[in-house]
Amino acid sequence: MPSFSRYAGIYAALIRYSLIHEMQFKVNFLLWIVVEALWFGLQLAFMTVLYGHTDQIAGWSRWEVVLLVGCNQFIQQLFHTLFVTNLSNLSELIRKGTLDLLLLQPVNTRFLISVKKFEIGNIVNALMGLVVIVYSLAQLGRVPTPAQWLGFAVVCLAGLSVHYSLMFLLACISFWTVRAQGIVWGYYNLFNIARLPAEAFPRGAYRAVFTWVLPMLLVSNVPAKLLAQRLASPWEWLALLGMAVACFVVSEFFWRFSLRHYTSASA
Amino acid sequence: MTPVGHDPIPATPSTHIWSKYGHVLSMGIQNTLVYRTNFLFRAAFGLVPLAATLFLWEAIYADKPTGTAIGAYTLAQMVSYYLLVTVVDAITAVAEDDWQIAADIKDGAVSQFLLKPLDFLAYRLCLYLSGRVIYTSVALIPVAFFLFFQREYLVGPAELTGWVLAPLSVLMAGLLQFLIAYTVALLSFWVLDVSTFIFIQFAFEFLASGHLFPLDILPDGLHRLLLWSPYPYLLYFPVGVYLGRIQGAELWQGFALQLAWVVVAFLIARFVWSRGLRKYTAVGG
Repeated sequence: MPSFSRYAGIYAALIRYSLIHEMQFKVNFLLWIVVEALWFGLQLAFMTVLYGHTDQIAGWSRWEVVLLVGCNQFIQQLFHTLFVTNLSNLSELIRKGTLDLLLLQPVNTRFLISVKKFEIGNIVNALMGLVVIVYSLAQLGRVPTPAQWLGFAVVCLAGLSVHYSLMFLLACISFWTVRAQGIVWGYYNLFNIARLPAEAFPRGAYRAVFTWVLPMLLVSNVPAKLLAQRLASPWEWLALLGMAVACFVVSEFFWRFSLRHYTSASA
Repeated sequence: MTPVGHDPIPATPSTHIWSKYGHVLSMGIQNTLVYRTNFLFRAAFGLVPLAATLFLWEAIYADKPTGTAIGAYTLAQMVSYYLLVTVVDAITAVAEDDWQIAADIKDGAVSQFLLKPLDFLAYRLCLYLSGRVIYTSVALIPVAFFLFFQREYLVGPAELTGWVLAPLSVLMAGLLQFLIAYTVALLSFWVLDVSTFIFIQFAFEFLASGHLFPLDILPDGLHRLLLWSPYPYLLYFPVGVYLGRIQGAELWQGFALQLAWVVVAFLIARFVWSRGLRKYTAVGG
């Protein structure tokens, strides 16, 4: 049983290393924050334009949708901070044979692959999401109780875990083909539908797939609904928690299966 | 550089330049074919957000009386707008060109263009064209599949002018798209990592080109202001010409501005290239 404090120590060292690395390129560091902020602004602008022509979309009012976009930004940027760079790098590790080195380390390899680089800049963008969440809650006149904030934290973690497991699963395809990077970035594209109200999608194949196979329509919708106090039934957040566990189990299974197929690229 | 099995470049001056760039074009097509699976995924994954946007609009129209127009769009017109944006985007969007140009500068590959009788801009334009040929033919499969399901919304070009003028504006949109990407990529002469600039440029383009929504649903003043920027001439204008939404004086003014922006973008690209070369120091052989 690996000790928790040992892993915490390793993670702290990795974060410190990432910070030192990042500070070598300060302008670039700031520019990436600007890039992410611009895209967030773009999403909000799109919703503003839509609500210039309508009062509600599938039962969601303007500030409820802004809250949803904020929740999505918060989760997505945390995902970026912790995992995205690392997971999209897996195909490079395999192609260059660097993975051998990581496999030999006396640490869980999946842990090392997943958290090696910590993107501190994206935390700033996650906080922007949080500011939008708080502001839209004020506009809605909702004051969540401490218990609701705690529930929010839990469902956000579940959403984060869904994104992580699915992208890790797709990254593992690199064990078979070097073209997996395209698939991984394709997933990043799918992300975009998470910030839309699930009710806007008619019941059918599309909505079913993005709820029960790739649960994009749960990850941000459930946290937003929880804060806006419009969860129809506890089944909604239970579905998200269930999918989070299921996705993680499947990804771990696929990871072990992939490793057995691994033939090193290096000499 | 002549690939094995190809005819050597003929030396007659009149055909010289065409066959020279003709070779670049065919070389580009062969190299880009490697990316066909990648392109297929890209085009197919791109349809998921498109479907989502269409669902969103359908949900908005569903709450209004049948036949209601938003801006000047009925639901059918709105859907056909997005479908045509997808088609024009597949034909003109830059795929890997900007990253490759940045890499050419970073790893010193541009040095050879200073020695050879090849113009870098013309060379990259040929590669862009060959990339578009491959991408468009690959993307045709998933896009045609999608269009088939939405065929009730897909309308033909407005009038006879639509058949002539729409392709012309798509062609100029492609040129403008290439020149913008080319110029942004040339910033690699000065900065370490050009990807931030590529994404910042793309964010403005995404909004102001009409990719997210048709620009004429914006407040009138803002819409008119945006029409002076180069971005609407990448998507909004060619699609509007095809649908026959842009007519009369607006049409000719639009073409004049589109042409003007292509010329301006070309001049800026040339200027940035010549300034960049002064800054350039080739490392290694």
